[in-house]
Amino acid sequence: MGSFKLGGMTFGSLFKKPETLLYPVQTKEPYACQKGHVLNNVEECILCGMCQRVCPCNCIVVDKKIRRWVIDPFSCVQCGSCVRACPTKCLSMQPQCTPAGDAKYSIDLDVPDKKAAKQEQA
Amino acid sequence: MGKATVIPFGPQHPVLPEPLHLDLVVEDETVVDCIPQIGFVHRGLEKLVETRDYNQFIYVAERICGICAMGHSLGYAETVESLMNVEVPKRAQYLRVIWHELSRIHSHLLWLGLAADAFGFESMFMHCWRLRERVLDIFEKTTGGRVILSVVSVGGVVRDMDSATLQWICEVLDGIKDEYSKIMKTLLTDYSIKNRTVGVGFISKEEAVNLSIVGPFARASNVNYDARLFGRGAYGDLSDFQPILDAQGDCYARVKVRCLEVLQSIDIIKELSAKIPEGDIAVKVKGNPEAGAQASNVLEQPRGECYYYARGNGSKYLERMRMRTPTSQNLAGMTVALKGCDLADVNMIILTIDPCISCTER
Repeated sequence: MGSFKLGGMTFGSLFKKPETLLYPVQTKEPYACQKGHVLNNVEECILCGMCQRVCPCNCIVVDKKIRRWVIDPFSCVQCGSCVRACPTKCLSMQPQCTPAGDAKYSIDLDVPDKKAAKQEQA
Repeated sequence: MGKATVIPFGPQHPVLPEPLHLDLVVEDETVVDCIPQIGFVHRGLEKLVETRDYNQFIYVAERICGICAMGHSLGYAETVESLMNVEVPKRAQYLRVIWHELSRIHSHLLWLGLAADAFGFESMFMHCWRLRERVLDIFEKTTGGRVILSVVSVGGVVRDMDSATLQWICEVLDGIKDEYSKIMKTLLTDYSIKNRTVGVGFISKEEAVNLSIVGPFARASNVNYDARLFGRGAYGDLSDFQPILDAQGDCYARVKVRCLEVLQSIDIIKELSAKIPEGDIAVKVKGNPEAGAQASNVLEQPRGECYYYARGNGSKYLERMRMRTPTSQNLAGMTVALKGCDLADVNMIILTIDPCISCTER
């Protein structure tokens, strides 16, 4: 008898809107706090290296000498440790997931030297 | 009596979501012995504690298993906190338990769907996973992740929930409860399901105690043991908590216990949401675990009691981190439950034990 109760529920589903989305034709709007990818606002970055130190998967490399901040998005697990550890809050967790890639790459960002720029201006 | 034949079962098998190999010794259609073999998904995660500090290891711990991710991160964090004598704020304890109970609901609904699929009940499988999706939606909205939540830290939690979000969670759970009750009624009263489960894979209370079986598997054999009874964290503030027991000890009893545990978890979440105190969600943890300091902890995972052990060495890395997962306890009971059953019942018995091989092998 129990099956008929479930049958009623299943039959009712015919008249409801679908629970699933036709991905990738339709995509869901991400929630604001969703963990998509890490973004660095290099203008604020001081290359302190805290993000590199706390990262559990060693996906961030900070090179102070050549002023470069590098992240391997394919090793990143979006734990958010770097975002919480960042003293200048230049790192942020963006809710959008990055599109699927067909080849591995790293994101290399050159951090501008504000002090040197000021001295040049002066 | 026919000649004994060994039938290999798994590691790739339609009823097994994870790789487990069984050598089934059968005489005619009856299983007379069962020799399990594991080791297909061993990743050496406990060894990683030597190269990840105690804060970083939390993200390794939650990758032990996709279904028990929240439980493992919580169990690990509680162990390190007791190792370092850290007092976690009350609000953080409540939030942890709310997420942990949500993960129990999602684990049991996932299992229920797989069990229905093994019965050949495709529509029930769809309904269970549809309801589970709503729980994953709660996770996504409150933690930012669907399965790997990364929300627990040593000393508390990293995200807070406001009262409106807690109210929304209770409303979603009310909606789930209505639909789930119909599914549960079908599962527990349907003739064909009873035919496959009643009296199959029996384990007595004595056997369950002797074999140290844990979780719903043990509670279905009337073993009154649940690590939540110790009242650690917010569990101690529950007005009344009694484990769900059944005395039958067969597959039907195990289905029933898990079904009722979903409703119990919903009640726990609603009670804690109403009682949650205001305050901080984390304390700052300074220093390293002392050399030679040891701590152990038990946590009730969806599949049963999980035991954690940690030892410090004075540095930021732990000397040893050990986990004894519920399925490694239950595999011995599974071999006993399989003895004497029909070959056709093997998949039903394995599924009602709900083995989690990723946890077991780590």
